[in-house]
This record gives sequence, structure tokens and C-alpha cells, in this order.
Amino acid sequence: MRIQGWGRYPVAEASVLAPATASETARLLAAHAGQPLIARGLGRSYGDSALAPLVIDNTRRHLLLEFDAGSGILRCEAGATLADVLEVLLPQGWFLPVTPGTRFVTMGGAVASDVHGKNHHVDGCFSEHVLSFELLLADGRIVQCSREQHPALFRATCGGMGLTGILLTVTLRMRRVHSAYIDQRTLRAGSLAEVLALFEQHRDATYSVAWIDCVSGGARLGRSLLMLGEHAPEGGLAPQRERSRSVPFDLPPQLMNRYSIGAFNTLYYHRPCAGQARVHYAPYFYPLDGLRHWNRLYGKAGFVQYQFVLPRAASAELHAILQRIAASGRGSFLAVLKAFGPANANFLSFPMEGYTLALDFKLEQGLFELLDELDAMVLAAGGRHYLAKDARMSSATFQRSYPQYTAFQQVRRDYGALGAFASCQSLRLGL
Amino acid sequence: MQKILIIGATSAIAEAAARRFAQRGDALYLLARNSERLDALLADLKIRGAAITAGAPFDANDFGQHAAAIERAASALGGLDAVLIAHGTLPDQQAAQADVALTLQEISTNALSVISLLTLIANRFEAQRSGTIAVISSVAGDRGRQSNYVYGSAKGMLSIFLQGLRNRLCKAGVHVLTVKPGFVDTPMTAAFPKGPLWATPEQVGGAIVSAMDRKRNVLYTPFFWAGIMAIIRAVPEAVFKKLSL
Repeated sequence: MRIQGWGRYPVAEASVLAPATASETARLLAAHAGQPLIARGLGRSYGDSALAPLVIDNTRRHLLLEFDAGSGILRCEAGATLADVLEVLLPQGWFLPVTPGTRFVTMGGAVASDVHGKNHHVDGCFSEHVLSFELLLADGRIVQCSREQHPALFRATCGGMGLTGILLTVTLRMRRVHSAYIDQRTLRAGSLAEVLALFEQHRDATYSVAWIDCVSGGARLGRSLLMLGEHAPEGGLAPQRERSRSVPFDLPPQLMNRYSIGAFNTLYYHRPCAGQARVHYAPYFYPLDGLRHWNRLYGKAGFVQYQFVLPRAASAELHAILQRIAASGRGSFLAVLKAFGPANANFLSFPMEGYTLALDFKLEQGLFELLDELDAMVLAAGGRHYLAKDARMSSATFQRSYPQYTAFQQVRRDYGALGAFASCQSLRLGL
Repeated sequence: MQKILIIGATSAIAEAAARRFAQRGDALYLLARNSERLDALLADLKIRGAAITAGAPFDANDFGQHAAAIERAASALGGLDAVLIAHGTLPDQQAAQADVALTLQEISTNALSVISLLTLIANRFEAQRSGTIAVISSVAGDRGRQSNYVYGSAKGMLSIFLQGLRNRLCKAGVHVLTVKPGFVDTPMTAAFPKGPLWATPEQVGGAIVSAMDRKRNVLYTPFFWAGIMAIIRAVPEAVFKKLSL
């Protein structure tokens, strides 16, 4: 069958196997020995990291196995979704320690991409809260991995894009909360310098993220809305019944043009946002989850989400990149800027201390030339790109910006993963 | 709190229904073939809030074990208020056509084993003068088609058996629900290309739970299958036999 990532580019023809248990997974792996394969969750990485001719679909193994209501430690199958965990545990007063911008991802995917959230600057990546996991190795062994047991394998698997083995179970520590609500503060910034200063000023906020206008140039370049959030002390733990809408079919790609996006951004920037509001966690963390199939907005050809991080000192370079994007007239609505805390020790985890920018580009003629140009600017500034979003960077770009990839490959060699686990992305990047 | 026995509990639809039951604090006893998956599902349902979760491995075609399995479930839960029977297999029609033993095996799994269980459960519920019986049949049982009439005839037999049972047990205050799902995206149908008519196990599982609560007799799920099957049933046989359905 044809499979694709969330950006719908590229597309792969794959046979997809969906085992129901760990032993069935091991049997399938043994039956396909010699044929490289990759594990896949809900397919929410944007590019080709979960694409391969042979795919093990983890979503059937989605059960919750153990929860200690005293410590908040949860053990679940790797295909369990963040959405399901929230639905079950939030009413009991437990929230995810780190969550990306959609809850439709699996625990296995969250570990493999070592996802980050709006609280990275204080709480780090997802893996910081993972105590251990069980990994199925190429030779059929199942190893329990943690910071103490197989520590190198732990560091390689967190952020390792599924290239070390197949995650079977994940054990993590949830976060205690007293309400399903977030107290949100929204601050307006007229320029890039202003929003960076605001990030610095609000470093102690639990959650912070900025929507940034990547279309307007000149004096308005980098105008932003910075959204800060704290778990509310009250408001109840009840889930909110959301009306979910859907994009029923592919929109004509012409609808997304510099005029429509420019108009949207201007309206969004000037929308009357009360400085302070108490909002439910779902619209706060997952504004796009309410719009199913939103990736159809960009038309059948799909889009690329471009996310990179630059070191904190490189604000002039960030300004130059924004200028280049605005001048291209290709930028999308809802570009997102976020301040990261320090990097962790995992070989391929994306975040490093500095600023990350993420934005969508509709797939069209000339886009990859622009992105190659941006890649060069990111590298020159000492930055790198997020593998969970990447669909097209070169192996040279990857290897320069992730110097620990050689150590990563050594761990894969040690555990027999080379040649056993591979995705379209890993082959493109020379892994 | 209801005391519910689920047979074929690790099927995707039954699992989705079980999660709904667990969420509202029902007591659950599960029978399923795959004991590894069964153990994991029991743990999952407990975390979701089920009052009791217990279960045992079960082979539907081992008819001699049916009575004992139901007895164990009833004693573990301290009685039974409802039963959901969800096990089944989707035979390869071409293979079944070429193999008498396979055809009979599929009819045994999809119809006879269920009828054996239903006979035992019906007598128990009739004696206690209460209870809800929900059974997953299929739209495939509404009319025989060349592409899957082995499966369809087993489900058709089941649907008619359930009609009769409903008629009989109605007088004893026992409710019988026939569930007729259309296309559901489950491991059983993994090989089929999916289109807009396909439903998720979560949708179908949720619909079953609410149909049991509201004492519906026949549930087509998703609802539009009632219309589709009305049309399919209405086509005259002289025309129908020439179609490639």
C-alpha cells in the first residue's frame, strides 16, 4: 500500500505489517530477516522517517499496562497514543510531562523523535521523563533499556528515529496537575528583537511559544504573539467535548498564496487577544488537532515543514533567515518560534540551547532551491534541522550538523541494527 | 455497575467496546484466544477504571469447554448481566470454495460456536429473567454474494438464530441485540483497500455499547449500512445473480 508522512511528501509503496503482541512482532522480524524495515506509529512525522518498503505498524500494540497512581509512573505499549493516555489519566490528575503540538502520536514515536514541547526550556525533551523502555533488537533479543542498563543504546534510541530496533513498551513519569486548564498570557511583540527579549524575560514560565509572521518584511519582520502558560490551580479535570472539524478533501493548492497567507497573518496578529485567559488544555496545546486532515489544506502535492534551531547567540543570523523567507513570499501561516533550553546527551536529539523556528512550505517549483539556501544559512550559524520534520536535507547537511552521528552508528553496529532497520530518511542521510 | 462477559475480547471491535465499559466502571470477564494479548488487555482495562477484570484463554471451537467457561465467568463476577460475543474469522472465499474442510471450519467458528454459547447463555438469562445478549453478526449475512458467501451464510445463520432467540427471550425480559457492522478497519480486514465507507473499531465499539444500553434490536453500524443493505436486499434475484458483488 501507499504510505506517506503528515506532509504527504514523499510517498512510498510499502508492505505494512501490524502485529498485535510483542511475540508476534518478534516472529515477523525473524521472518523478514535480511530485509531492512522501520517501525511506524501514527505517521505524524512530516517527511520520510517512517517510510520504507517494509514497515512494522505499532498502532495495534496500544495498550496501557501499568500505572502507579502514587508516583505517576506509567508503563504502556509503544503504540499507545498520547491522546489516549491523556483521556485516561488526566481525569485522575496526571498530564504528559512533555507534549508536542499534536496528541495523535504514539509513545514509541515520541521516544524515537525525542519530541519537545512548549516547556523545553524548563523540562527538556520527552526522553528526560522516560525511565526505561523495552527494545526488540535485530537478532530477536528483547532488552530493557534505561540510563543504567544499556546506556549507550538508550541514548541512541531516544531521538534515534527507530533505527536501533522496535520499541515494545515505554515507561515514563507523568506530571501531577490539579486541573485540565491552562492559564494563558498573550504578549504582542512588534519585531524579532522584541520577541527574543520577551522570551528571555519570561524564562521561568512553564510553557512558552510564539506565533511569528514569516510573510511580512521590513519594519514588521518577525512580529509575534508570545503565548505563556501555566497549569491552572483549579477548573476541574473533566475532558472537554470538542467539536472536531475535518478538511474533507484536498484543497486547490492555489488557495495558499502570499496574499491569502499575508491577510491571515495580519488578522491573526491583530486579533483581539485578551492578555490573560483560562483555556482548556486541548485548544492550548493542540490547536490543530480539532481540524482533522489539516494537511489537505496544502493540496494534493503536500508540503514540507521546515524546522531548525540556531544557538542563542545567533540572533542576527535568525534575522537574516527570516528576511530571506519573507522575501521569498513562500512562508506559511502559523510559523512557530520557541526558545530551547540546553541540549541533552542523546546522539540525535534535535534541541540545543537557542531558538527554533518551524514553518510550512507548500510543495511547489523552486521550493527546494530556497530550502537548500536556508540549510546553508542554518549550518553557517551552527544550527541544525529536526529529523521528525525533515523530508529532503542532504546527507552532507545532516552529518555536519549532527557530529555525534558516528557514535550513533557505532551503537547501531554494536547492537546489530545496521542493515536491519532503515527508513527512506536514514538511507538519504547516509545512516 | 454491570457484570459483563466478553467473548472474543481481543478482537478490535470488542476491545473498543470493553474500553467503554471499563471507563464507566463495569466488571469485566474476558475470553480470548491469544493469551498474551488477553493479559495486556486486562491490565489496560483495569487502568481505565473497570471494577473487576479477569479472564481466561478460550478456543471457540472447543465446544466441550463452553459451559465451564461461562460458569467460571459468572462465578468470578458474581453473576452476569450482559454478554458480548465478538469472535470470528474472515475466510478466504477462494480457498474455502476449493476446500470442504475449510468451509465447514469457518462455518463452525463463525456460526456454530456462537450458537453453542448462545444456547447456554440464553437458558441462564431466561432462568434469571434478565440480561442483555449482544452478538456481532455482519451485513454480509443479509444476502449471499459470490465474493464472500461462506462468511455471509455463517453470519446469516447467526442473524436468524438471534431473531428467534429475541422472540423467545423477550417474554423473559432478556434483551438480544444483533450487531451488523459494515466495513471496519481491523486486523481482520488489513488486506482490503480502505475507502470512505470504512469505520474505525472505536466508532463501532461505541455504537454497540450505546445500542446495548438503549436495548436496540438490530444495529447497523455505521447507520448508513441499513440503507445500503435495504437496497441490496431489494434487488430481484434474477438481476442479482448476474452482478459481480
